[in-house]
Amino acid sequence: MKKTAIVTSASLLILAWGGLALADNDYITLASTTSTENSGLFEAIIPQFTDKTDIDVRVVAVGTGQAFETARRGDADSLLVHDTAGEEQFVADGYATERQNVMYNDFVIVGPSDDPAGIEDSDSIDDAMQRIAESQSPFASRGDDSGTHRAELRLWESAGIEADGDWYRELGSGMGPTLNTAAGMDAYSFTDRATWVAFENPQDLTLLYEGDEALFNQYGSLLISEEQHPHLKHDLAEQWHEWLLSDEGQAAIADYEVDGQQLFFPNAD
Amino acid sequence: MPASDNAFLTALQLILHMDGDLFSIVSLSLQVSLVAVALAALAGLPLGAALALWRFPGRNAVIIALNALMGLPPVVAGLCVYLLLSRAGPLGEWGLLFSPTAMVVAQWVLVLPIIASLTRQQVEALHGEYAEQLQSLGLSTARMMPTLLWDARIGLVTVMLAGFGRASAEVGAVMIVGGNIEGVTRVMTTSIVLETSKGNLPMALGLGIILLALVTLINAMAHLMGETAKRRLG
Repeated sequence: MKKTAIVTSASLLILAWGGLALADNDYITLASTTSTENSGLFEAIIPQFTDKTDIDVRVVAVGTGQAFETARRGDADSLLVHDTAGEEQFVADGYATERQNVMYNDFVIVGPSDDPAGIEDSDSIDDAMQRIAESQSPFASRGDDSGTHRAELRLWESAGIEADGDWYRELGSGMGPTLNTAAGMDAYSFTDRATWVAFENPQDLTLLYEGDEALFNQYGSLLISEEQHPHLKHDLAEQWHEWLLSDEGQAAIADYEVDGQQLFFPNAD
Repeated sequence: MPASDNAFLTALQLILHMDGDLFSIVSLSLQVSLVAVALAALAGLPLGAALALWRFPGRNAVIIALNALMGLPPVVAGLCVYLLLSRAGPLGEWGLLFSPTAMVVAQWVLVLPIIASLTRQQVEALHGEYAEQLQSLGLSTARMMPTLLWDARIGLVTVMLAGFGRASAEVGAVMIVGGNIEGVTRVMTTSIVLETSKGNLPMALGLGIILLALVTLINAMAHLMGETAKRRLG
């Protein structure tokens, strides 16, 4: 009885362990942002890349700050984020050898449909941000050092506002959780359009301000430095990088739609 | 995947249309947590028994530390394992980060204190009952360990279940060390976080219902095994 129990548990353990050893195709690990993952873009374009090259792309979707850190530590083969200033700094610091524009979308401001701050007819994004601050309307900020958070902070600065006070709520969360919270407390929020369109729990939130040039949201792909991290799969990562920039990759990005709406606009040079 | 506003309907639809994606998520969840618990038992049962039977300087400190670690926040365990396995970390060369193995390691760290701590309590209680008998048989402390562990086995099943509960329910650790990679390291709890962040609340809750059902099933099996064993012992 005792022996049977031991043999049974041992064989169960071996069985479970064996199941964990997954078939290893060629793959790269891509550090990217929650906005690209949550919008469903990767699910649409990666299979096309894999069909062509037999390379799997394993996406680790985190905030831009964490994505940079993951790549800096040598834990990702490739990096696709949206913080152009941060990306250029990353190249300047020697962690990446190349940075290229891949695509863009735009940021929008969403808020409760009765629009207590009256931002819907603002002349500019500066004006809209000022109206929210002046009316002290609740505003849900990412507060997580992501690309979206960094863009939002730049906009407060350019509107000449110190974003501080009871109305300004830093959540320290990803885009989706921030929208969930904003919906729950009838707050304004700053989001990329892709996450917003794909978001399924808007409740009373609605899109209130869009279209200012300052709301442009550029995504870039980076090639990680071989010198810094010789162990990474640089050849495979370069194929992915080149494919994103190729006519084929750019077309795949342009073809991705949610509810008939194109979410990302390819703009490789 | 099917969509509905009702979480129970969604859960039902998910189960009825069990697709490959869901199956791989469910089976990976079970594999990772079961392996983590089994390995934690391998280390935790002897450790707990040893702590119960031997008196040595610093024993109380070890016991307190293990008890405290039962409350270790998963995200802290995940962060420590992340720093350990990251390329820039001491074990970086093994290339284990963002793999199921890394998730097993993180959950092992979470489950070990629970199994060791609770095992110590069970064995200590049993030892109090049988100490004289065992000594009259002339058993050394080392020989008492397997005997007492075997005698405590029914209680220890509950200990293992507590460990399994901790492992299958946590999300903070596997999210950090696994990365929630689709088809590779995505498990039930990280899927629930992902669906919540997409605002797809019925799907998130539906997955939660399935997870709860699975954990209930495993607990029921363990309970029945325990009952059968008790009956056989009369």
